[in-house]
Amino acid sequence: MSPTQSSTEHRAADFAVAPGGGSGDALWSGVWKRFKRNPIARYSFYVVCGLFLIALFADFLANDKPYYLSYQDRTFLPIFRSYLVKIGLAQWPPELLNVDFKKLEGATAVFPPVPYLPTDIDLTAPFENPSPKHWLGTDRLGRDVLAGMIHGSRVSLSIGFVAVGIAAMIGITMGAIAGYFGSWVDLVVSRLFEIMLAIPTFFLLITVAALLPPSIYLTMMIIGATSWVGIARFTRNEFLKIRNLDYVTSAIALGVSDRKVMFKHILPNALAPVIVSVVLGIAGAILVESSLSFLGIGVPAELVTWGSILHEASSATFAWWLAVFPGAAIFITVLAYYLVGEGLREVLDPRLRGLR
Amino acid sequence: MSLLEIHNLKKHFPVGEALFSRNKAVVKAVDGVDLSVEEGETLGLVGESGCGKSTLGRAILRLIEPTDGEVFFQGKNLLTMSQRELRDMRRQMQIIFQDPYASLNPRMRVGDIVGEGIEIHKLAKGRAKRDRVMELLHQVGLREEHYDRYPHEFSGGQRQRIGIARALGVSPSFIVCDEPVSSLDVSIQAQIINLLQELQEKMHLTYLFISHDLRVVEHISHRVAIMYLGKVVEIAKSDTIYRDARHPYTRALLSSVPVPDMNRKKQRVLLEGDVPSPVNPPSGCSFHPRCSYRAAICDQTEPPLDFNSESHGVACHVFGPIKRA
Repeated sequence: MSPTQSSTEHRAADFAVAPGGGSGDALWSGVWKRFKRNPIARYSFYVVCGLFLIALFADFLANDKPYYLSYQDRTFLPIFRSYLVKIGLAQWPPELLNVDFKKLEGATAVFPPVPYLPTDIDLTAPFENPSPKHWLGTDRLGRDVLAGMIHGSRVSLSIGFVAVGIAAMIGITMGAIAGYFGSWVDLVVSRLFEIMLAIPTFFLLITVAALLPPSIYLTMMIIGATSWVGIARFTRNEFLKIRNLDYVTSAIALGVSDRKVMFKHILPNALAPVIVSVVLGIAGAILVESSLSFLGIGVPAELVTWGSILHEASSATFAWWLAVFPGAAIFITVLAYYLVGEGLREVLDPRLRGLR
Repeated sequence: MSLLEIHNLKKHFPVGEALFSRNKAVVKAVDGVDLSVEEGETLGLVGESGCGKSTLGRAILRLIEPTDGEVFFQGKNLLTMSQRELRDMRRQMQIIFQDPYASLNPRMRVGDIVGEGIEIHKLAKGRAKRDRVMELLHQVGLREEHYDRYPHEFSGGQRQRIGIARALGVSPSFIVCDEPVSSLDVSIQAQIINLLQELQEKMHLTYLFISHDLRVVEHISHRVAIMYLGKVVEIAKSDTIYRDARHPYTRALLSSVPVPDMNRKKQRVLLEGDVPSPVNPPSGCSFHPRCSYRAAICDQTEPPLDFNSESHGVACHVFGPIKRA
């Protein structure tokens, strides 16, 4: 080689754009493309999306108020109006205040597919078998099981997401600090991980529930504050790996602050395995919440959740519908999250790529 | 006063360190290096892989915290600076990396990569910053439409140009070039080296040019330092090294450079054995087990880097300027 070629030559040469163009978002669209190719993961993802929609539109799927009501020559949209009443923008007209919409004389109404709220107690119809009236039967107080399950999905999902959101915030921060600073910081934080692992979450929750009034927010916080270790470990490992790459060194050489290096340069590149552990964490949190509700602690008694319906079944073993349907809901939900998580892992982990 | 002066710089890495173990083994990656770099010159740093040349480059910039020694940059000791002072100082000294695939953040656009230093040091904002980045891209031979692209859309040579533009963004006076062409095709190597030389002339830059390739270093360097097992064994002006190498290791390195001349019979100096482990370096002169000229003293005492003229230093008992008994 003779590096004495004309120095202007380099301006023209060397401009072949590497294949696989597009933008950096191409990385995520590639992930989605490969994820879709795995049918199990794809259908699980649809199940998760379906649960989301059910939770989002629970009021429109199971409600004791009709969508549309024509009564005394006036028309109402009671479900929508109930939202407005809740935020104080409207009031019920006196003739509709605290009435049972199903028993209004001479009214025409269009009800949701499940015309009950989970809180509608009907003591005349306890432990009813599944029937056209109550699709999945009723419980000890005559509450509709399907309505309870539809509204209970909100509790499950919100606990899953909020608890894991808290866990992700703590875990990513802890893991980032341990992996980025290394040496004695890593040593101290890693020991903290081990201490956290040694705390039995479940017994802590039972203890707290015994000492404090049951609250869904408290449950979220405790699950979040005790389940971040897995996320933290993944984050730490990724940070350890990426921290020594040249682009991180070059950011440090430019004088970028530690916090910016951690969250702008390393974290976006470390996110893939963290996302997997977050998705798996949601499944775990849902399971913990169901177990707590089954034991009758954690969430207030008046709140119907999948676990609390199961709890009813434990004292009424003949009412098989109280055990089977919420049990299946928990099973399917947790399984769907796990399979989505596994599917993501296969797509995001280069070591598993090409095995299938 | 030199732009950069290094005294007795050491970097020892602990190996197999257990929490409570007493005897910690260390790798002496850089083991007492003295160097000075003058303003506007290129100092080539040559050695086999694993001799500590990259570690030295990074220890100078405190990208790796040195174990011991002093580094004076523009008369200020970098190693006693606080992190804050150091961050300001980083504007003056930059680094270009070997692997153009690992040295660019895959999730940042070229414009953001090149503009980051400008932003951090508040050199320009908004429109002015964008113009400055465009100017830098142009200077390294890239085009304006590359501003919004991502690194994976570029070839190795182009990526290296982006890395150079990033380093130039903060208008440094000193750049550590850590094997900037070693992973490129030969034809592109020449382009990048020409670019670096062009930029040096235009911006009055000072380079520490690290390479394992003597041909590359010969072309770009004013002076060359040869490293072996964490120490500088010979340093001289570029033409002196190639004409009048003294240290047996330097001679062996030189004889390994292929010469495109069919008629010339070359005598090759073959090194016996491998590079010894830096965990447990040989006694005395660390090169003595592989040296065909070794004397009795060589495994006893370590030869210091002695200068026979102002610019030519050799660390060898046999071929050094001062003969010892």
